[in-house]
This record gives sequence, structure tokens and C-alpha cells, in this order.
Amino acid sequence: MHNAELFETRSKSSSSRIRCQGISKTYPGVVANNAVDLDIQPGEIHALLGENGAGKSTLMKILYGVTLPDAGQIWWNGQPVSIPSPAKARELGIGMVFQHFSLFETLTVTENIALALPPGEARNRKHLAGRIQDISIHYGIPVDPDRHIHSLSTGERQRVEIIRCLLQNINLLILDEPTSVLTPLEVEKLFESLRKLAAEGCSILFISHKLNEVQALCHSATVLRNGTVTGACDPRMSSAQEMASLMVGSHTELGVPYPKVSGGESVLEISSLNAEREDPFGTTLKNLSFCVGQGEILGIAGVAGNGQKELLKLLSGERLTHQQDTIRFSGKSIGRFNPAARRKAGMAVVPEERLGRGAVPEMGLHDNGLLTGFLGGLIRRGFLRHKKINRFAEQVIQQFSVKAHGVAAEARSLSGGNLQKFIIGREILQDPKLLVCASPTWGVDVGAANTIHQALIALRDQGAAIVVISEDLDELFQISDRIGALCHGQLSPVRPVPGTTVEQVGSWMTGAFDATSVPQPEEQIEEHPQEPQEATH
Amino acid sequence: MDIDLITNVLFAMIRSGTPLLLVALGEVVCEKSGVLNLGQEGMMLMGAVTGFIVSVSTGNLLLGVIAGMMAGVAMSLLFGSLALGLRTNQVATGLALTIFGTGLSAFVGTDYVGKPLAGIAPLAIPLLSDIPLLGTVLFRHDPLVYTALILLTLTWAFFRFSRPGLMVKAVGENPDSATSIGLPVLTVRWLAVSFGGAMAGLGGAYLSLAYTPLWSEGMTAGRGWIALALVVFASWRIGRVLLGAWLFGLASIMHLVLQGMGASISSNLLATLPYLATIVVLVILSSNQSKIRMMAPMSLGKPFHSRM
Repeated sequence: MHNAELFETRSKSSSSRIRCQGISKTYPGVVANNAVDLDIQPGEIHALLGENGAGKSTLMKILYGVTLPDAGQIWWNGQPVSIPSPAKARELGIGMVFQHFSLFETLTVTENIALALPPGEARNRKHLAGRIQDISIHYGIPVDPDRHIHSLSTGERQRVEIIRCLLQNINLLILDEPTSVLTPLEVEKLFESLRKLAAEGCSILFISHKLNEVQALCHSATVLRNGTVTGACDPRMSSAQEMASLMVGSHTELGVPYPKVSGGESVLEISSLNAEREDPFGTTLKNLSFCVGQGEILGIAGVAGNGQKELLKLLSGERLTHQQDTIRFSGKSIGRFNPAARRKAGMAVVPEERLGRGAVPEMGLHDNGLLTGFLGGLIRRGFLRHKKINRFAEQVIQQFSVKAHGVAAEARSLSGGNLQKFIIGREILQDPKLLVCASPTWGVDVGAANTIHQALIALRDQGAAIVVISEDLDELFQISDRIGALCHGQLSPVRPVPGTTVEQVGSWMTGAFDATSVPQPEEQIEEHPQEPQEATH
Repeated sequence: MDIDLITNVLFAMIRSGTPLLLVALGEVVCEKSGVLNLGQEGMMLMGAVTGFIVSVSTGNLLLGVIAGMMAGVAMSLLFGSLALGLRTNQVATGLALTIFGTGLSAFVGTDYVGKPLAGIAPLAIPLLSDIPLLGTVLFRHDPLVYTALILLTLTWAFFRFSRPGLMVKAVGENPDSATSIGLPVLTVRWLAVSFGGAMAGLGGAYLSLAYTPLWSEGMTAGRGWIALALVVFASWRIGRVLLGAWLFGLASIMHLVLQGMGASISSNLLATLPYLATIVVLVILSSNQSKIRMMAPMSLGKPFHSRM
């Protein structure tokens, strides 16, 4: 009987490319995967959906041999296998493109690819370069084999990663949130290549939380929540709302529409800001001019690496401008003020990197609160006032429902979403006149993102000026009142969000500023300066 | 200045540059894999004393050279087990290795201080050594000088053409990425550290067996440190290591030359030249972020914790 059972499981899985059953993985204190089943057919594009922390990355690490599961079985082409290392995964024919690329900047494209191939195949570099070119033409993924990685854009680096996988004759390609670094046009091109690849029989596991992309690309989807499979569906047939509720568990509103307003008296004025790039991997900012008024949110879109980092540094004071008056804040020229002086004047900044720039990983939340909250009476005559410091951190934790083990919890022990809530909360509680934040909800789950968005809107409605620099267009359209995009260090026209389309901003992101000049529908904007917040569930 | 003096100076420059070249070569490979081993001085001294003892006891110089290298390797394995195995701070571990090697070599070598030894004899290469000037400067050295030059060429080719060379560079730039594409980070680092140890041991053995065939306490006289400076001076490029080794070699014999010419400049002052040159190079390098990023191994000195 035991044999019969075994036979049945085998025959069921024999047509699948890969099948997992009962995969479980527990880390101290967290059940990352709980009896997860997954089944992918040859030539199928399968989506793995879930919020951050749902267990997607654990499952994919198990499939790629980075981590071993505590329990469960994997069948590869019908054969039971164990995948103890990435090398074994590649040997089976599993390739993976990580979210953070594993490329070496000082080496060329060919050298990078040669390193990942078995020694025998990579001996002749000229031959390899030829193969790279063949594959890149066949799948429409252009790369130049002789270029050094550091000179490539993010999109180009991703192509190198994909080609590196394809050269290994893989039958399953795992892509971890591949579109988060691409422009809409690049995403479309990537999808074409992936469809071609799938049509040739390669299975693709597409990990994402962007529902519209999953609907556009994938044949089937498995949804994870808290480490458990909550459902499987055909994304072409299901609505985004259905999949979202599988992901987050309740009927969470997607993209709550916030009322749009037009700003008051201008708080921040940037005029003809030019900044030579500091290193060859940076971007030169060219003639940026914009302003932000009281009680409005200005969204700045753009693919990473088009000057966002540089702009943020210049706004925060980490880098000073040549002339004092290129940046004016509340009527004062502050271009050559350092960060502390700018904070004193009422400016707050939330950088993109949470650990290391927004917070010190090894420090407790109370000390991290002190880092930027030092102006709010936390220090007296050079001595720390521990009670006040603790109370400040406590207040942030409570108001922004940060999940942490008390005020002394190390910043690095928090999940990305909770830490981000803490950092943003820390700035908001200081009542800034201007808040500049970069990618406020990057890698943050839907629940935390909603909290952060509501907090930003509430701050706006209190009359603060806010600049949000983000790659996430949906987010920008959701919360900003006016929007512009950065491309190659230049800023597109800045337009009110009502009356601007996603396509328009998409083309700004590729540098086509003029083609989209349309009359501004200034008078169409509704004004709801103090309207109460819409409740979300 | 007459031609004989120039020939002699250049000859001496190559001789005194050779130990620096060997040690720096080992350290470049080690640092390219991302490991900073500051124990060069200690490893050299152990190589010098072991090479000398074995040569005196067996009467076989080749055996002495090999023993010197093995001593260097043994020291580097000690370093590796701490810095790679237990992931201790590399700077502190390296410094400890130098202090340990200085003391241990003095202890082991007590009975051998002042003992005579016929050192490794020069080997004039037929035909080539007859070239006027060049032949005298380049081709009338002892075999270890040639060995150093051959090793330099091999190392250069290793990084230029071979896949393992790429692996070392990749591991030194980004060990996490290297792991994710399946490169054995720790194995690569162990091998690089061992090579560094072998070269430092060889450099030490060169001093006690060829350069000045005798053993005295602390006879490396800071050459391990100069070699470390040399690596930075060469900005981790193999070709520049040769240039730097000869320049630093020249600086270290300059006081003799100047004395010979009747000029009186303190030899202590001249001994600072390699370090001054290194500081100048560091300033030039750090003036431009991209140069640092392209040349220095990005993960240098950081203990590697596998994310698995």
C-alpha cells in the first residue's frame, strides 16, 4: 500500500517541471514556510504572490538551494530531488535572477558570465562572447559583452543576469521582483523576452507583488500569506482585488484615493540647480527648478540612477550647492547649510536606505530616535535625557503601530516595514515644515504602506510641504498632488496629478519631455485642504 | 657619475627590491581575495629563521628555501584559522601575527645568531649576462631573483587570463554575489592567504639565505611593512608591484650611494621615502572615488559571513 501511494504521487508529478509538497521552514520565532505546495508545468509562467514577509523569499531560496527546508519534498521532472546548494540547482537546470544583482562591477559582462559557467565552457572568452551575442539577439535582450558592469544601467545589468542564466541551459528561471528596477517600457520588453522563453518550454517563476504585471504576464499564480498558501488562481481570469485579498487576508482597499489639493505659499524653491556628479557611477544634475508649496505633496518619479540620490543629498545637506540661493527654504537661502542647520530650520529627511542611513542597525530604537530628534529637548546642556528619549521612541512606536520589542530593540531586528514606519514617524512627530522622503514604501507590505501613506497625507493636511522621490508610479499617483520625473539628471515638467496620465509620466521617465506637452488643466483641481482622512480597513 | 657606479646601484636595487617584490606579490593576491593580512613581518621572520636553521643543519640551501616557505604557510594558516575560520578582526589578527612571529623567530633562532652560512650563489645566465650593462644589472643574480620575476609574470598571467584569477577578484569584490553564483568564497580566501604566506616565507628566506646569509633577530627590519605599503602604492596592480619594489629597493640603498658620493643625508630620513611615496599614492588614489572603486578590492578586511 505504501508503494501504491508512492507510485501515485510520482505519476501525478511526472508531467510537472517542478513540484513541491509540504515545504516547511522555521526560523527561530518565525514560521517562514508552512506546508507549502507548488506545481509548475513546462513552459508555464507561474507567479508567486505575497507581501513582504509572506515567505516568498524563503521558498525561492529553498528552490535555488540556498536554504534547506525542514520538511517537504521536491520533485524535478518527476524525480524526487534535494537541492543542497545553488551549484546543484544550476546542475538540475534552475537559474535565478536576484533582486540585488550578483554581478561584479569591475569585471566585464563576459567575465561575469564566465564565472558562473562550468570551467570547461568558459575557457574561450571570444567564443563565449559570441554565444552571449547569439542569445541576446535571439531573445531580444541587447547587451554588449565587452562592457564593464559599472558602466551599465540597472536595466542592462538585469539583462546580463538573465543571459547568464540562459547560457546555463536552464529549464526553470526564477525572477525575484524583476520589474522593480525597470521603466514601463523596459518592463514590456522584458515580458516579451520572457514570453518567448516560455514558448520554447522554459518554466518561469515570477515573484512579485505587482498585481497588474502578474495579470499581464502569468499563466497561473500561487499566493502566500504568513508562510501558508492561501490560494492558487489564474491571474488572467481573477481580478486584482481577488488576488489582493488572498495576499493580505482581508478586503484591503488597493490604492485608496486620497483627495488632491493644490499647495499654498511656496516653502521650498529650487532654482537652476546644477551639480556635477561626484563619481562616474553617479548622475550629473542639470538645471533643476521646482517648488513645493505648503500643504502639498510633490512626487518625483524616475528609474533609480537618474539623479534621485544626488537630488536627495543636495536637499538634505549631505552635499552643499555652489550657491547659497539655489535652494530656498521658507524664504531663506540654505544651499550651503549643513544637515543639522537645515533640520533646525524645520526640514526633515527620510533617506532611501533604512539601515545605515535612516537608522543605525546596531542601535536601539530610542537612540535612533535621538539621532534626528535631538532638537526636541532630548538633550540638556550636552547631557542626554534618557526619560524623554525613551518617551519619544515610545510615542513613535505607539502612534505608528511599529511592531518591536520595546524601545531598546535594535533597529536591525525590525522588519523593513516596521522600521520604515518608525523612521517616518520619528520625522513626522517633529512637526517638520518640509519633509523629503525617498521611496517611503519600498519593500514594505501593503498594511504598513497604507499607514505610511495616511501619515504623509495627514502631515500634508497640517500644512507641511512634502517631497516624495519614488520609483513606484502607483504610489506617486496615489498620494502626490503634483508630479514630475527625473531622467538623466533632468527634471520633466511638473504637473498636477489630476489630468496627468501614467503613460505621460512613463514617457518623461525615458526622457521624452517635449512630446507630452499638453495644456495644464489647472482649474480642474479640486480643493480639499482640510478634508478628513478617508478611513481604510 | 661613472658607469660602474650606476651599474652597481641598479644591481643592488634589484637585489634589495626582491624580498619586497616577493612579499608584496603574496599580499596582492591575498588582498585581491578580500583578506587583509598585516602579519607579513612576522611571516617573513619565521621564513627567514626556519630557512636559515634548515640550511645550516642540512647543508642544503634548496631545502632551506622550501622550509622557509612552509614556515610562512604555517603562519598564514594560523592567521586563516582565526580570521577566516573564526572570523576575527583581520587587522588585529594580522598585527598579533607580526608580534607573535617576531617573538617566536627570536626564540627559535637564539642558538643560530652569528653562525656562518655560505649563501645562495649568484648564477650568471649564459649569453644574456654578457650583454654590456644590462647583462650585469639583470642577469648575474642569484636564482631567487629570477624566481621572483617568474612568479611575478605567472601571477600577472593568472589574473589576466585564468578563470581562477577572475574568481579571486570576484570573491574580493563581492563575496555575497560570489556565493550566490556558487563560488567557494572561503576556499578561495584560504588559498590566497596560503599563497601570501608562502611568498612572505620565501621573501624572509631570501634575506637569510641570499641577501645577507646569516640570522639575526628582527633582521627583516620593517620590510614586511614596506611590502604592505607597496601593495597600496601599486594600487593592487601586478605590473606596478615590480616598479614599486625596485623603487623602494632603490630608496633603501640610497644612503649607501649618497655616502659613497660624499653627500651626507641621514639614512633614517631616506628610509622614510617608501612611506612618503605611499602616502602620495594614497592621496592621488583617494582624490577620485572611482579609482578606489575600480582598483581596491571592495570587501577588503571585512570578515565574510555567509548569508545562508
